[in-house]
Amino acid sequence: MRVIIDRLAKTYVDRHGAAVEALSDVSLTVESQEFVALLGPSGCGKSTLLNAVAGLLPVSAGEVMFESPPSGRPLTAMVFQEFALFPWRTVQGNVEFGLEELGMAAAERGRRARVLIETTGLAGFEARYPHQLSGGMRQRVGIARALAVDPAALLMDEPFSALDAQTRQLMQEELLALWERTRTTILYVTHNIQEAVYMADRVVVLSRRPGRVLAEIDVPLKRPRTEAMQTEPGYLETVERIWSLIKDQARAALAEQ
Amino acid sequence: MKPRPTMTERIHVVDGTRFLARPEHRALRVLGVIGLVVLWEALGRAGAVPVLFLPSPLGVLREGWDMLRSGELLVHIGASLQRLAWGFVIGSALGIAVGVAVGFFAVAEAIGTPLIAATFPIPKIALLPLLILWLGLGEPSKIAVIALGVFFPMAINTYAGVRQADPLLIRAAVAFGAGRFSVIRKVVLPSALPMIVAGLRLAAGTALLLLVAAEMIAVESGVGFLVLHAGNIMATTKLMVGIVVLSLLGVLSHWGLGRLERALIPWRAGA
Ligand SMILES: Nc1ncnc2c1ncn2[C@@H]1O[C@H](COP(=O)(O)OP(=O)(O)OP(=O)(O)O)[C@@H](O)[C@H]1O
Ligand SMILES: [Mg+2]
Repeated sequence: MRVIIDRLAKTYVDRHGAAVEALSDVSLTVESQEFVALLGPSGCGKSTLLNAVAGLLPVSAGEVMFESPPSGRPLTAMVFQEFALFPWRTVQGNVEFGLEELGMAAAERGRRARVLIETTGLAGFEARYPHQLSGGMRQRVGIARALAVDPAALLMDEPFSALDAQTRQLMQEELLALWERTRTTILYVTHNIQEAVYMADRVVVLSRRPGRVLAEIDVPLKRPRTEAMQTEPGYLETVERIWSLIKDQARAALAEQ
Repeated sequence: MKPRPTMTERIHVVDGTRFLARPEHRALRVLGVIGLVVLWEALGRAGAVPVLFLPSPLGVLREGWDMLRSGELLVHIGASLQRLAWGFVIGSALGIAVGVAVGFFAVAEAIGTPLIAATFPIPKIALLPLLILWLGLGEPSKIAVIALGVFFPMAINTYAGVRQADPLLIRAAVAFGAGRFSVIRKVVLPSALPMIVAGLRLAAGTALLLLVAAEMIAVESGVGFLVLHAGNIMATTKLMVGIVVLSLLGVLSHWGLGRLERALIPWRAGA
């Protein structure tokens, strides 16, 4: 499924009428089966963009369209930056949530959820509540919940931010392997340039607030990705190029706060 | 030059949060109650207070036991519990339904909040004569006044709980395909549950008060009737039995609601 973001703008207006322009005129197309990483300084509207694609907020202008949606699969599923787990549901219950809404039978739900609990390394914690888990484990529950519904487009908002370096690396491998198998369209927000280049086909760099598309950079690495590629000149050059693009933006954004 | 070990200064880290600890002091809890009863008994024995005004605890206990054996007490308690149960069930079901509707739907909020704000401050006891006029002297008017007293704390607490539901969790549910009613059932209600249980606690106190008031009019049974009737014939010991039963009812409902809270809200940290 293709995701077309067309001249999207979002201005938040609070109760007192104060306006924050988060996104202005963002156009972006994520091709079918493409893995796109979204980079940009803090507060530039990355989460806003993902929420707009998932249909979770009213946009101010422009629109989001899905081209050739598959039947029988949910269009999108989201991994939230803040995890957004249901505190009253166990790990198992959280992972099953989306499957419930799809109307899947209980036994099938249970089986499906257990597979993803395994994949995300949460086996043995099925009956725990979110408050009994570490930050990294909570984040993995959020990932499992999204993967469980097998969406046509997967929206991931800094999905590995709370993981330690080793777990992060393992989860990157898992996600890449899963993507090789399913070729789900992925829109992936991250702060980490190395991660973006290592995982994605294309890296989209947003400007500081209000977010606009600053650059779209194709990653010149082959699939499947291997760790060894992180020493290839193509990888290093791309990382360098994005860093120099982002440096000034990040500095200005920081000074603004 | 080596530093001499005896000169090395060491500071032991102490737990700076120690004064925040709140030990249970179980013994004190029991002693307080026993102390009151002993004082009460001593006052009676010393002849400081005539038995007609303040019967001794042992006398109350004996009278209570006799009434229990004769079945008299159980009749009163049974009648009261039945009224309480009906009033509680009806009042809290309506209160929760109205609270959810008013908290979730803008139209219901616009219509409901001014109505509730206008009717909530009325002391429910003042409505008892009106309810009797409408529903007659029988059970329905008694149950109705209790239900009314339970309704308001339930509706108001449920409303507050619903408003507090985390918008992020609601969005997460929608992101996974939840519609309006799924969101209410799977996000809004569980979010509001702690407030709903707190509402039950408030309602329990109100219900007891209204029960006694309602049972003072045109009934032949119930703990409220027992207290009033015993007072009229100056049977002070019986009267005290009724009061002790009311106190026990309050304690029991508090304990029961605590159990209910732990059963309903297992995800609360420390629960
Ligand atoms: N609900 C809201 N109401 C008002 N302003 C908001 C709201 N959500 C976000 N904003 C503002 O919109 C801008 C973009 O926010 P957003 O969360 O999309 O940024 P982000 O790129 O995801 O940041 P980060 O990398 O720190 O997660 C910020 O300036 C933020 O303050
Ligand atoms: Mg964000």
